[in-house]
Amino acid sequence: MALDSSKTTDFKYVGTRPDRPDGLDKVTGRAKFGADATAPGMLFAAIKRSPHAHAKILKIDASKALAMDGVKAVVTRADFAEGLTGETWNVLENVMAGETALYDGHAVAAVAATSALIARDAMKAIEVEYELLPHVTDVDKAMAADAPVIRAGAADASVPEGLHPNVVRYYESGHGDVEAGFAEADLVIEDHFTTEATHQGYIEPHACLGTLGADGKGELWCCTQGHWNVQKLCAAMLGIETSQLRVTASEIGGGFGGKTTIFIEPVALALSRKANRPVKLVMTRAEVFRASGPTSSTSMDVKIGMKSDGTITAAQGTFRLQGGAFPGGPCEMTAMCAFAPYNLTNVHQVGYDVMTNRPKQAAYRAPGSPMAAFAVESVIDELCNQLGLDPFEVRLKNASREGTRASFGPKWPRIGLVETLEAARAHPHYTAPLKEGQGRGISCGFWFNHGGETSVSLAMSEDGSAQIMVGTPDIGGSRASMALMAAEVLGIPYENIRCTIADTSSLGYNEISHGSRVTYASGLATIKAAEAAVEELCRRAAAKWDIPEEAVYWEDGYAKPSGPNAGDHAPLHITELTADMGATGGPINGHFEATPEGAGVSFATHIVDAEVDPETGATKVVRYTVVQDAGKAIHPTYVEGQFQGGAAQGIGWALNEEYIYGEDGRLQNAGFLDYRIPVASDLPFIDTVIVEVPNPGHPFGVRGVGETSICPPLAAIANAVSNAVGVRMRQLPMRPSRVLEALESKDG
Amino acid sequence: MQYFKPATFEEASALAAGAEGITRFLAGGTDVLVQLRSDLVTPDVLIDIKAIPGTHDITRTEDGGWRLGVAVTGAEMSEHPDLGRDWPGVVEAMDLIGSTQVQGRATPIGNLCNASPAADSVPAMIAAGAVLSVVGPDGARDIPVEEVPAGPGKTTLKKGEIATALTLPPRGAQGGDAYLRFIPRTEMDIAVVGCAINLTVEGEVITSARMALGAVAPTAVVVHAAADALVGRTLDDAALKALTDLAEASCNPIDDKRGTVKFRTHTAGVLARRVAQIAYDRAKGAKA
Amino acid sequence: MSKTHVTAKVNGDAVEFLCDPRETLLDVLRDRLGLTGAKEGCGTGDCGACSVTVDGRLVCSCLMLGVEAEGKEIGTVEGIADGETLHPLQKKFIEYAALQCGICTPGILIAAKSLLEKNPDPTETEVRYWLAGNLCRCTGYDKIIRAVMDTAAEMREAS
Ligand code: FES
Ligand code: FES
Repeated sequence: MALDSSKTTDFKYVGTRPDRPDGLDKVTGRAKFGADATAPGMLFAAIKRSPHAHAKILKIDASKALAMDGVKAVVTRADFAEGLTGETWNVLENVMAGETALYDGHAVAAVAATSALIARDAMKAIEVEYELLPHVTDVDKAMAADAPVIRAGAADASVPEGLHPNVVRYYESGHGDVEAGFAEADLVIEDHFTTEATHQGYIEPHACLGTLGADGKGELWCCTQGHWNVQKLCAAMLGIETSQLRVTASEIGGGFGGKTTIFIEPVALALSRKANRPVKLVMTRAEVFRASGPTSSTSMDVKIGMKSDGTITAAQGTFRLQGGAFPGGPCEMTAMCAFAPYNLTNVHQVGYDVMTNRPKQAAYRAPGSPMAAFAVESVIDELCNQLGLDPFEVRLKNASREGTRASFGPKWPRIGLVETLEAARAHPHYTAPLKEGQGRGISCGFWFNHGGETSVSLAMSEDGSAQIMVGTPDIGGSRASMALMAAEVLGIPYENIRCTIADTSSLGYNEISHGSRVTYASGLATIKAAEAAVEELCRRAAAKWDIPEEAVYWEDGYAKPSGPNAGDHAPLHITELTADMGATGGPINGHFEATPEGAGVSFATHIVDAEVDPETGATKVVRYTVVQDAGKAIHPTYVEGQFQGGAAQGIGWALNEEYIYGEDGRLQNAGFLDYRIPVASDLPFIDTVIVEVPNPGHPFGVRGVGETSICPPLAAIANAVSNAVGVRMRQLPMRPSRVLEALESKDG
Repeated sequence: MQYFKPATFEEASALAAGAEGITRFLAGGTDVLVQLRSDLVTPDVLIDIKAIPGTHDITRTEDGGWRLGVAVTGAEMSEHPDLGRDWPGVVEAMDLIGSTQVQGRATPIGNLCNASPAADSVPAMIAAGAVLSVVGPDGARDIPVEEVPAGPGKTTLKKGEIATALTLPPRGAQGGDAYLRFIPRTEMDIAVVGCAINLTVEGEVITSARMALGAVAPTAVVVHAAADALVGRTLDDAALKALTDLAEASCNPIDDKRGTVKFRTHTAGVLARRVAQIAYDRAKGAKA
Repeated sequence: MSKTHVTAKVNGDAVEFLCDPRETLLDVLRDRLGLTGAKEGCGTGDCGACSVTVDGRLVCSCLMLGVEAEGKEIGTVEGIADGETLHPLQKKFIEYAALQCGICTPGILIAAKSLLEKNPDPTETEVRYWLAGNLCRCTGYDKIIRAVMDTAAEMREAS
């Protein structure tokens, strides 16, 4: 009997709000993050970086650095594996430049020394000769005919003929006849929108401690969202076997997608191999901004036709993504997310991935979706304004529902968009009066969510407690969710479960903690592993009672005979089954390995009130409400936390955050002083409503929640500001000077 | 980098006068350490002046003004029971700099001697008529605050000269000062524009006025003409309009990552109006 | 380069260390004294992750040199709890989920503790402005502010 504990109601542990298992460590300073590890004999490293946006590396002279007291090793690209291809080559080229420095901050050499100060001094003593090359940092300029070519031949087969070589990937999809659709419309609006590159802004800089011997065996400690990926990439770059490198994930001080790839880890390992000592490497904040993976900037055109009753007749979007000096800007996801909330007969979307002389973009929370939503939801808002329609009515009228066809092809399964719209419309926020100078905006947002390769191991202890080994770093309280789900299946208290993030040698492969997949995929695997243990527990009970295993069922921590025919046996508590497990057949464990495919998509609707100072153009968000479908909230407090965190990041993106490049192609604001993420006094309390439309692909109905929360804010805030000032805001961030210019354009 | 902690100003001055390479004085360190960390300036000689007696004192001068030791921090100013009653604008301007944590260390004299065009406390000190005392190889002298900055990162202090204290004049009856700055966030930013005004009144009529602008030129700008625009008048719409025009006309800003020429110029006018109103109300007796 | 000998107290314990004059107090705490509770998020005074108290005054330990610690009393997150009894703020932060990743938490706890010692009954606005120098990228500050306000209320009741 394969146990199935699937349910969507009547939970005992799931849905409660216990303290997180790692809470004490984190409030006492005991939790060990990336930079908190040390090793005997440890060296400190520093990376030499290009000050130029684009330059040929003519010569690297490290003789002065190597002559300094305490300097133990210098590495350059020559110390890494040759012959790599595809994305692994891209990542290596980004980790350590080959022949050309491709952006301001690109690593060209690294040094290890006996102290951090010596390493820094030695890094400065490394001399690099460059030949400057023409550069481009803007997406539209990089597509223009006269733009310098970042790297010839980088484009893949998706790119149509005739485009600039900096366009490296192309995506197109849709259905129906958009021209016919536009012809049916009573009003067609087409607009151009731009967003700037933003950074995930995690407070913990990248940090690692690596040891690698000449025998090809190594140990690596680092802050990452996915240590198996780190293991695979580092091994390839150092020319060693994957299994010989054991990677342990530290506690992680924020990632939001930015720690799904690697930047410094192979450098520490290469230095360690050369110096034969452990090497610690920690990025400075300036390095994080210059040389980790910000998100793409965009240039977008969106055209939507609407009938006077609010029916959308056609929609078309073109999305150009600047992804830095390598392929990877999420052009397809941007295009696919753009019109996902709407059930459209005629729709067409195109995406371009464009290279520039900027750092290699990395994922940032729902990559591409926030920008696309900004463009699309702004046009919809403008259509509603001009046609005098209620923005909720229009969205509900056109909303994607179960069985309708997604803008990018498939039929939707059970989804919760309509439920979020209805809950938002019913929220007191929507009808609260606005003050002078304030405007209200709403927006929908969509994210796919992801499953991915997952392994989980669960082991029972003799006292009936359980330990779970998961392979997805806990980026926001997931240990608590795993323990809750295991408690639900096993029927033992939450506190009796310990959840550990396993290192790469202690568990099978796990994909990165990304795509909002942890509570879904590791959760599903945890449930299945717990079910496997329960099946074994039932088997042991059956043996004790001498009845067939099919005649035993599990309830609330007890094995019970399934009916009168099974015999009159007193239920056996889990502790009675684990106490003597060594004698009744050996340790009781449960495992699960799979690549689950049923990650349920998630939709959200946000409402925001913004207040604009008409004299300075300064905007303040005064009220914010997030309504999102979580499928099933395992630990509602942490679900709310994801909602609030995504909204706050979206507020920063909409109002103040941006990468600023000078004419010289150098980044001008590589610090938290001028890369302005929201501070506590910038924000109001962020209200949350958890909608639960169960995901049929998860035993308890879970949908990922981490990413969707950042999809609506850019648009919702832009709509609020546009409605406050009476002018459509088409460029992010909405700096005070931009808002002021908009106001002037209205008056003038 | 060599670190010294002298016990007297004479010793500090002698160290600085004899030092080779880059010399920096260390009080709160909120600029010095950032520059060190960002590899902008690594001093060869660092002279910590906090062990010198009296550098942490806030005292009344004989004529009823205030004397602030060179190591007095923003937090100490904000916590002082009387200073902020006399010079709320100066205290608020200092308090706007950085975080609570930064306030625990940052000093107005450091803010002045760092010579950033955007320093928040400087326009307020200028408007108040504050004077910096320095000692050096040639003895002691007093410099009006507006004469201290010479350009971004440069002061008029000579080699071996060290600031010892800041003096604020007596507040007098029916006076009020105020400072506002514009930043994109609510905290933690560098001023895009700053404006300070110090007024005295008799009844409704303004009897003296001093205005200074920050972040709109290489050094803080004293708008002398503010006195002509305001003295002898009440702060009516015409006066506010005149002040706005004057503030805008006094700007000589740059376009940079923090703001454009146009935005800075416009906002200087907006702030001038708002600051004048606060200072005026305070001069007329409104509580700070 | 010659090092300076420094004597100080950290969380009530006498400590001695040698440090290069360029090393910050944060470097000293983390690399020389093994107290890694204070974090470096920026090194330039912009994030507050390195917050400590020095003679009772809240400061960024990245903006103070190790040599300046001579004779001072330093307080770090490691010293907030009383033996096995957590400080009320620590308890409330866990209860409210006022942390997601937790990297900002040590600095925020130190800063919030220093606020409540100065002002046992802060308004929401006062809490937000006091903590404006403590960046948190995960939470949107909502649960942090609530946890601090509720701790303040509870501590007022208890006293
Ligand atoms: S590390 Fe000190 S403020 Fe960021
Ligand atoms: S909890 Fe992650 S930065 Fe605050």
